[in-house]
This record gives sequence, C-alpha cells and structure tokens, in this order.
Amino acid sequence: MKPRQQRMLAVGLAVVGVAIAAALTFRAFDENMMFFVEISNVVAGDYPKQRNFRIGGLVVDGSVKREEGSLAMSFRVTDMRCELGVRYVGVLPDLFAEGKGVVAHGRMGDDGVFVADKILAKHDENYMAPEVAESLAQHVDDKMQPLREGNMECNSQ
Amino acid sequence: MIPEIGHFALILALSLALCQGVLPLVGAQRNDTAMMSVARTAAYGQFLFVAISFGCLIWAFVHDDFSVLYVANHSQLSLPIGYKVSAVWSAHEGSLLMWILILSGWTVAVARFSSGVPKVLLARVLGVLGLLSVGFLLFELLTSNAFERLIPAAIDGGDLNPLLQDPGLAIHPPILYIGYVGFSVAFAYAVAAMIGGDLDQNWARWMRPWTIVAWMFLTVGIALGSWWAYYELGWGGWWFWDAVENASFMPWLVGTALIHSLAVTERRGLFKSWTLLLSISAFSLSLLGTFLVRSGIIVSVHAFATDPTRGYFILGFLGIVVIGALALYAWRAPSLDSEVGFSPLSRETFLLLNNVLLVVAATLVLMGTLAPLVVEMINGGKISIGPPWFEVAFLVPTIPLVFLLGLGMHTAWRQQSTGPWIRLLRLPVIAAVVLGIVLPLMFYGRVGLLLGVGCTAAAWIVISSLIQPVRSWRRRKGSAAITRSALGMSIAHLGMGFFIIGVTIVSAFGIESDRAMRPGETLEVAGFDFELREIRQVQGPNYTAIEGVVEVRRDGDFVTTMRPQKRQYLVQRNWMTEAGIYPSWNKDLFVALGDELGDGAWSVRIQYKPMIRFIWIGALVMALGGLVSVTDRRYQEPAK
Repeated sequence: MKPRQQRMLAVGLAVVGVAIAAALTFRAFDENMMFFVEISNVVAGDYPKQRNFRIGGLVVDGSVKREEGSLAMSFRVTDMRCELGVRYVGVLPDLFAEGKGVVAHGRMGDDGVFVADKILAKHDENYMAPEVAESLAQHVDDKMQPLREGNMECNSQ
Repeated sequence: MIPEIGHFALILALSLALCQGVLPLVGAQRNDTAMMSVARTAAYGQFLFVAISFGCLIWAFVHDDFSVLYVANHSQLSLPIGYKVSAVWSAHEGSLLMWILILSGWTVAVARFSSGVPKVLLARVLGVLGLLSVGFLLFELLTSNAFERLIPAAIDGGDLNPLLQDPGLAIHPPILYIGYVGFSVAFAYAVAAMIGGDLDQNWARWMRPWTIVAWMFLTVGIALGSWWAYYELGWGGWWFWDAVENASFMPWLVGTALIHSLAVTERRGLFKSWTLLLSISAFSLSLLGTFLVRSGIIVSVHAFATDPTRGYFILGFLGIVVIGALALYAWRAPSLDSEVGFSPLSRETFLLLNNVLLVVAATLVLMGTLAPLVVEMINGGKISIGPPWFEVAFLVPTIPLVFLLGLGMHTAWRQQSTGPWIRLLRLPVIAAVVLGIVLPLMFYGRVGLLLGVGCTAAAWIVISSLIQPVRSWRRRKGSAAITRSALGMSIAHLGMGFFIIGVTIVSAFGIESDRAMRPGETLEVAGFDFELREIRQVQGPNYTAIEGVVEVRRDGDFVTTMRPQKRQYLVQRNWMTEAGIYPSWNKDLFVALGDELGDGAWSVRIQYKPMIRFIWIGALVMALGGLVSVTDRRYQEPAK
C-alpha cells in the first residue's frame, strides 16, 4: 500500500470505529444511565418511573429494622427535609450505620417505599458522595441548623 | 527540624529541576555542549534532594511526629511499623511526593542508561522530564505540602484507614505509579524528537524499552489493585469500572497500542506520527487519571482529598502538557511522511488494526468515565454509568482484537503470501474452535454464545502464541533460534490468553450466594458444603474481630476451614470485612461475614469463583513477556 492509501485506511478505520463506538455509547447510555434524585423530589413524586435511579442521604436514627433471622431489612433515609422508606434484602456494606450517609440504587415500589437492589459501600467514614453532600447542604447550613423554617416543610405528593 | 529539612530539600529539588528543564533545551538549540551536560548532573542532584525529602517524611511517620499535619491525619501510635511506612503514600500529599520521587528516578535511569543516544536528543529528553518535574514539584509545594506543621501537635494520630492496612495496598500505589510516571519518558522522547524534527528508526529503538518497562509496571500495578479489591473490599469482585480504575486502565490501553505502534516504527519506519500521538495520549491520560483522583470531581470509591484548588492546578498542568504537545505535533507531523508501503496482508496491517481497536476501546472507557461530568455540565442532572454498559461496550472492540492478535503474530512484515499463511494457521484455527466449545462442556457441562466465543478466543491466543516458541525449541540447534523480543511477545500474548480464560470462566460459572445462617447450619454451593461451626470473638494487634468458623467439605471429605472476620479497628471504630478465601489454581472459595440478623443468625456471602486466579496470573505473565522482550540484544546495541 502506498503511504496515501495507508493514511486513508487508518483514518477510515478510525472513523468507522469511533462511529460504532459513539452509536453504541448513546444507545446504551440511555439504558444504563442512572439518575441521582433527591429524597425531597422522590417524595414529591418527581422521579423516573419504570426505571432504576439512585438516592442518597442520611440513615435516620432508630429507623433500621430487620426481620429476625433473615436478610430482609428496612430503614428510612433523609435529606434533612423529607424522609423516604427503603427496603433491601442482602448483605450490607461495612460502613452502613444509623446517622451516616448512604447511597442506594433501585426503584420505587408501588407502596411508596424505595426498593434498593444495591447499597453502596464507601471507602472511609469521612467520605460522602458529593451529590449526597450537596443535597444535604441545600437544606442545612454549616452548623447543622435548618436554613429557614419554611424550607423544612416536606411537600409530599 | 527534620520535616523542615524535607521541605527545604524539596525546594532545592525544584531549583535543580528548573535548571534541568531550561538549560539543556536551550543548549540543544544552540548546540552548546556545556549547557547540555547540565542535564545529567541536575537530574542526579534533583533525585538526591527528592529522596532526602521523601526520607524525611518517612522519618516523621516512623517517629510518630504528630506535629506534622499529614502524619497526624494518617498514622497512629499503635500502627505496625510497616504500615507506618506505607502510610506515607496513603493519601494525597505523600503519594504526590512519591510520584515526584519516581519521576526523578526514571529521569536518573534515562540519564544513566542512554549511552548510545545522541547528546542533543538526550539533552532534550532530560530537559522535558525536568519541566514535567517542575510542574509536579510546584503542585506539591503550592497546594499539597506534606510537611505542613500542626501546632500544637496532636497527642495521637487519626490512624491509617483500615482498608489500607494491607500488604497488597502497601505496594500497589508504588508499582502503579512507576507505570503511570514511566509513560513520561515516552512523552519526553516524543516531544524531544518533535523539537529536533528527526524521527528515525533509532529513535523508536531507544524509546521502546522504556515504554515497555513502564507498561510492565502499570500492568502489575493494575493487577495488584484488582487483587486487593477482590480480597480486601470484601465482596469478591475483581473489577468495578470505577472511575479511578478506568483512569489507570486508559493509559494501559493506549500504552499497549503504543508498544505495538513502536514496533512498526522501529522495524519499518512507519506509523511515526501515530506513535507520537500515542506517546502524548498515554501520558496525558495518566495526568487525566491523576486529575480525576485528586480533584474528587467524579463520584468514586477512590476519590480522596476533595479539593478544587488541586483540581484546577492539575487541570491547568494537563492543559499545558496536552496543548503544548499537540501544537508541536501539528507543526511537525506533516514532515514525517515516510515513503515505504505495505501490502494489505502484512503484519503492518494487523498492527494498524490493533492500534485502532485499542484506541477505540480506550475512547469508550473515556466516554463512559466522563459522561457523568458532561451530563452534569449540560443539564445539571446527576447520572452514573453502571458496569453493564462498560462490559458490553468494551467487548465490541476487544473481541475482534483478540482474534486478529493470533493472526497478526504469524504474518510477515511488508507482505505475506496467502498460501503458506493459510496452511500454517488452518489447523490452529480449527483446534481453537473445537477446544473453545469442548473444554467448557467437559469441565463445566455447559456452553453458550459468549462463553464459546471467550473460550475460543483464549484457546486461539494460547495456541498461536505457542507455535513459534515450540518450533524454535524443537530445532533449537538450528539457526532459527527465536529472538528475545519475539519470545517476549509470545509470552505476553500467552498471558492475554490466560487472562481471557479467567474472565470468561469466572463470569460464566461464578456463583454468589447471600444467606442468613445460624451456627450449625450447612449451605451447599457449587458442590461444596459450607458449615458455619461457630461465631466467636478474636483479638488482633489494633483491632477486635468477630470471626466465623466455616468448615468446608466436598462429598463428606474435609476441604478446609475458613475464618472470615468482621474487624473493628480501635482508633477509627469502623467495621471492616475480612473475607475468608480458599485459593487454588482452578477456583477460589470465598466466604464473607455480614451482619448479625438477630435470632442467632448472621448474613453470610458465599462465592465460588472458578479460574479467577488466571486473571491475575495472566497479567503477571503479560508483564513477564515485557521483561523478556526488553532484554533483547538489539536494545543494547549502539546506534546503527
């Protein structure tokens, strides 16, 4: 092959490759994309129906309940404004605890409880997923005080 | 006092790096020998002072100097001494210092082992490395000083994250960094050659061993990280497509492409501009990886040290490096045309395909990694891309890649005549397809489409990698002895085959089972009976643990006793899972203890992971192949 043809071939192959890659990406992104939805929005009914999404917040103190002797459990999670019930069957990550941050993947059940298929582990206790931190910060100032009284009302559906 | 010496040594290193970055480049332009020879001395001096600085930080850790903020945050009195040392690189500031140490180590190696390289080219290479070092030293000194004092000093430290108290993780970052940073040598060679405008085949021959060594370390580093995640994160996965894993994987993919493209440039003087682009990309992706890890911009289990200033600094540095190098490339690349051609059926064609596919794979990983950022910038939505997407997208370029690999190895340079090629490969192709279908049926009793493709690919790569070494071994007295570099290639590809075996079998036949178990209960997984004998308390040096004693039997015969633990470290009070693992060459049994469920029951995760060891063994064999090929005689010869 002459150098010119080589270049054409290389460029052609690269273009085809990237085109396939891009096509795949956009098709599959749509199916695999998982949105993060704030608890307040979930409670207000503003969440993707019929598909998985992520939620995050703090595990409410005293809300963790287990079915004796089984892997099924439930807890409530808050963004300091609204609370949402979460149901989960499985082994919990090490750093899951009441009062600590948590991220869950799953979808809404018919009974208004979030059915988690995955509870996320974190690397250390001080780390909080940025999106969770941001969501909490909207409702609370640095001293952990509610921002404005009006802001604290949870507008449920 | 000692921390101040460390800080001061770092400032001295910066001045030397400035000399090393400026004088030789100017000298090379003016053909001034005196200025060019500054490069080597400055490189040695810089290494000395960075090493002193690093030594001071180690000293501070070993002597529990909690008046140093970084030590107070990441160490603790009762920490075992080995982990006090590894705590040095457990967080941002120290690991950046280690990065600088490794960069200046590579520089010294280049200065020392480049006797055949022309003075002007070497001066430019060392000069570029000096400039990179200036960037990183400024980063450390301006935004992330590891020697910052804490006054008044802390009485005790905040402890090393228990997850990091592990031998695998003590050595994973240094090895990974040696690989990451090693691509800076390829980058420096590319930039130096573009400044000079002369890229001959010698240039590729000098640059290739450095690139291979960097690639080797990166391979081992990634494998170590994966192995650590498998046994230490506690849940038995070996790759999570986490942003930071991807950050190390993208330079690996591009680096692999670079090694192959360099082979063509070295042998045939072709693909020069492509090689340059890959050299620039490999290092830029290493920097991008650093940016992703350091800035905390991406949601990741690894994201430590969330600090926007650091993010901006490294982003600016990345911008300068990428834009500068690409501008130079745009200026020089048009003059790099070569006159030689090759036929459609030739090794050049296969290596071209290899490069395109690897780059497509790296692009896909990049897109998936950055998509959450892009979407957030566009409409503020917070998304994440799950592993299923990566798994599918990644297979698209890699399945053709692995089949072409075996063909390309047996295709001649320049032009391959079709007849002998088909005669040589006919039998191996048939054998690979048959084995790919029969072996999984025989050992695991099932075969499917993806499974069959995976096993055939693995068999095909293993067989075609062995053809050449076996032939030369059979007539070893003849003249057709295999060269080290060809042997290295065969070994590395064999490693690839092992890796594919591991991935295919473990994804098809791995079993995961989460159950609630009470002491005395037995659970059967993959033909093994796991009996939870008891749950008890045990005491470790700096933790207490709850330990499950699990006896494993097969058909009534005792296999092993596994002891998964949940540890609570005394300082940070976190719970941590230590899985019980029973490894053997063809399978792992894995038991992790979860929570107490009440009523005497515990949640237990039991896993059966067939052939999972082949994933890491494969990576090690790949690296071994790299090692063998750099010992080839032609890399020791002076310029032709």
